[in-house]
Amino acid sequence: MRGPMGEGGVGRPTAPDAAAPGMTERAGSLDGMTSPATAGATTANAAARSGSRRWSFRFRRPSGSVLLGMAVTLLLLWLVLYPNLFVLADSLRLDGRFTLANYVRFLRSSAELRALWSSLWISAGSVVLSALIGVPLAFLFSRYEFPGRRVLGALAGLPVLLPPLVGVIAFLFLYGESGFFTRGVQLLLGLDSPPWRLNGPGAILLVHAYTMYVYFYMFTSAGLARLDDTHAEAAAALGASRWTTLRRVTLPMLAPALGGASLLVFMTSMGSFSAPYIFGGGFRVLSTQIFASKLNNDLAMAAVETVILAASSIVFLIFLQRYEAGRAYTGTAKGLRANRGRVGAEPDEGGDVARGSAPGRWTARLVGLVAAAFVAFLLLPHATVLLVSFVPQGTWTIELLPPVYSLENYRTILSRPDRLVPIVNSLRMAAIATTANVILAFAAAYLMVRRPFPGRGLLGALVILPWALPGTVLAIALATTFSAHEPWTGRFVLVGTAAILPLAYFIRNIPLVTRAALTSFRQFDPALEEAAASLGASWTTTVRRVALPLVLPGLAAGALLAFVTALGEFVASILLYTHRTRPISIEILSQLRAFDFGAAAAYSVFLIVLMAIVFVIGFRAVGEEGMQ
Amino acid sequence: MLKLESVSKRFGRTDAVIDLTLELERGEFLTLLGPSGCGKTTTLRMIAGFEAPTAGRLLLDGRDITAVPPQRRGFGMVFQHYALFPHLDVFENVAFGLRARGVPKAEIPARVERALELVDLGGYGKRKVQELSGGQQQRVALARALAPEPPLILLDEPLSNLDAALRERTRSELRALLKRLGITAVFVTHDQEEAFALSDRIALMESGRLQQVGSPEALYHVPANPFVASFLGRANFLPARVEAVNGDGALCRVAGGGAVWSARLAQGAGRAPGEPVRLMVRPESLVLVRLEGGADGSSDATRSDGGSAGGAGTGVEVALASAGVGGAHAGALEGTVLDRRFAGAVTYYRIQAAGVELMAAGQAGDARPGDRVALRPRTGTVLHAFRESDAGADG
Repeated sequence: MRGPMGEGGVGRPTAPDAAAPGMTERAGSLDGMTSPATAGATTANAAARSGSRRWSFRFRRPSGSVLLGMAVTLLLLWLVLYPNLFVLADSLRLDGRFTLANYVRFLRSSAELRALWSSLWISAGSVVLSALIGVPLAFLFSRYEFPGRRVLGALAGLPVLLPPLVGVIAFLFLYGESGFFTRGVQLLLGLDSPPWRLNGPGAILLVHAYTMYVYFYMFTSAGLARLDDTHAEAAAALGASRWTTLRRVTLPMLAPALGGASLLVFMTSMGSFSAPYIFGGGFRVLSTQIFASKLNNDLAMAAVETVILAASSIVFLIFLQRYEAGRAYTGTAKGLRANRGRVGAEPDEGGDVARGSAPGRWTARLVGLVAAAFVAFLLLPHATVLLVSFVPQGTWTIELLPPVYSLENYRTILSRPDRLVPIVNSLRMAAIATTANVILAFAAAYLMVRRPFPGRGLLGALVILPWALPGTVLAIALATTFSAHEPWTGRFVLVGTAAILPLAYFIRNIPLVTRAALTSFRQFDPALEEAAASLGASWTTTVRRVALPLVLPGLAAGALLAFVTALGEFVASILLYTHRTRPISIEILSQLRAFDFGAAAAYSVFLIVLMAIVFVIGFRAVGEEGMQ
Repeated sequence: MLKLESVSKRFGRTDAVIDLTLELERGEFLTLLGPSGCGKTTTLRMIAGFEAPTAGRLLLDGRDITAVPPQRRGFGMVFQHYALFPHLDVFENVAFGLRARGVPKAEIPARVERALELVDLGGYGKRKVQELSGGQQQRVALARALAPEPPLILLDEPLSNLDAALRERTRSELRALLKRLGITAVFVTHDQEEAFALSDRIALMESGRLQQVGSPEALYHVPANPFVASFLGRANFLPARVEAVNGDGALCRVAGGGAVWSARLAQGAGRAPGEPVRLMVRPESLVLVRLEGGADGSSDATRSDGGSAGGAGTGVEVALASAGVGGAHAGALEGTVLDRRFAGAVTYYRIQAAGVELMAAGQAGDARPGDRVALRPRTGTVLHAFRESDAGADG
């Protein structure tokens, strides 16, 4: 399952590596991989490349590509930028006048400032914790050979198979006051009350570290896989110790990947809503503060908070892009895979030089054991959700383990139409959003990589902007903008209609799918399109027979990831749903509120299984394509 | 058949190709040769239609094709990294151009197979392109370009990714095949040996300008300027002054010595006696004699050389006369051997003489570092006198 996530989520190049001869221009392999952070950097690369005289290939239909470029740019200006400007305008307005009064109110409120500070340090803490787990784990799995490495390595990506809300619920079932783990410890130690309470910043950080280390794990794994062993060997030949090699060669070369992961974790953390919402209690971060302001109908304050959250995210995004643009390394074209120290067998020489001797038999077993224990810990939440889903309502009270198990909860979901509605809703809305994502991503990526047109930089910025916009921000922006019917200003009433959630999902996933498409487009040699042209193929034939088939695997991986993300989406949904359009996540929340944990868990299992199926299918499809 | 008329290409502030005029004969094999960044690839891409010239016109059989997109030019192209479609098998790669040009379905299999047989890959249709070796991929790329039977084929350093032995073999096969099919070819390379082996004519470019166009022999033996002379083979340049002029030939006195050598005056070189020139002589054209006992011996050598030049009716005069050069080489240039480098058939000597460093090709036992030697042109070779300021930038 690591495969497709690697492909889509991390934007791992999906075009067949074996096709190397045509693709020595393998630029973008690393920077494409570090993805969101480098989207801008890679845009710059692309600009530089297409600016380079050798490959600035223009089809002889400039008017067509300019028109398409303008259309796509305008669409994104309307859907991505305009709503946010609308919120900005709202934040600057009081009683119909433009004023900074709302900001002054924000800055004078200690609660607001505390929320901002909490958001920032929670995010920084999440980055540190995730890195501490994810990076060593990636080294462990990609640099050592031990029994079960492949399976465990794949399982280490599991937390991604947990939609944020489901992860939070699983933690609640496990480590909450009445969770399995907590009760177990309580019983074991004979305590009167639970040994801890799962709330506040600690709980939030725990959930964040658990769900977000995956970014570090995957980015680092991909980076290590791409690292040419010859660099480490060269360092060793120059007399560098293993530590020096790690510090001076390996880590700097991984820097873009680590930077990308940091950005991703920070962004995700800033925008994280589920964990603070469920566990925060009195501890507020900006995203939950926005939600509270919206509920209190303090729309001006909600707008100010939204602007500040968005602005801080954007600043961070720009900062990291600068950093990465400065140190974008591209993988070497050789594509040598890292050698691993082998268990018990003779270490092959490459591995030997690069990493010292391979672990001995016992060390290998120990390493395997540690890895297995870690993966078991990772699997606990999934297992918990699965277990709870078999517990009928009202049968489990004080026992450590539930006494009754049945398929009751699943039967209810499938037999009662009102229980099935959320699943149908989510599937339909995610499908609509993803289809739109694929079309837009293909067009945008094609324009950005292959057709220099004026305004390409703007388009590049617009397709990554949603990364910096937390779900809460987006939801507020959409709710504000599309709540009035003023066609001449581009406003339509979409709030309360079936269109608003797919639109929100679509916008949230623009960066993800576009990046996958961009990576794919950069993967293949522009000479392929020129070859098609030189063979007499028209523009449409070239797109249909060359560009599309080559981009498809990467694009499909991105689309699958977008689809499952949309399926479990919660943050924007909670601000935009109506009862009729409620998605699975909202249903889970309301079952939780009704203390029907079994039903909530059953929906969660449904999400996890759907995600797993999509990933397996995706892996198959992409894997086979990749084989070619 | 194809004519480039004063074609120029600017990229931003860089002039990639400047005022290039070039005409291709039907069936000829023309090589665009030059160091990287000289504009040869840009020229090829303008012919292909991937780049639009900033100025000038391209004429195909008299018809202006400057604005015709690559799809409709009907030229075949072989790319440096082959650009085989990785998602299509060998058959579909070769069939691509046939399908794109609307060749009837029924004809396609036979034509693909024929194209594959041309490159000795008959029966390889079902293979995936990644399964093929570099040489086979190169041949598939060639078959793909040839399948639509283009009148003109463009080759962008197609041999640069092959190892040396394979490159040499592929080179001769390529030329034989294109000659057999009678296809006009434009070949881009930076490798002069490759250019010599393949071409009917070579167009040598530098800094966006065409330096000289002609047969490999013409470029080597009668270089238009010092750049051409030094790019194709090795060249020594000696400071000298014109002594006497006879038509295109001149006697030139090499700086600081009694050597008066006969040379062909290149275009633009000073013709009046006393004019400074740069005398070009190739290492293999120099004869090197070790001088016994220093200064004494030097006069010996000079005398003996003078004697041979003075002899009537030698082959020297005949050779020079045929090259349009009257007179003969008289006197030798003295120098000191700095070091020598064994290169198999010959040994190269680096010699300090006439205030410059020279390279002379001799045999292993001719001299040792530190020896005083006398140099003179081999009888029958033609030296070239270039304008002194001529750095080769304009041809």
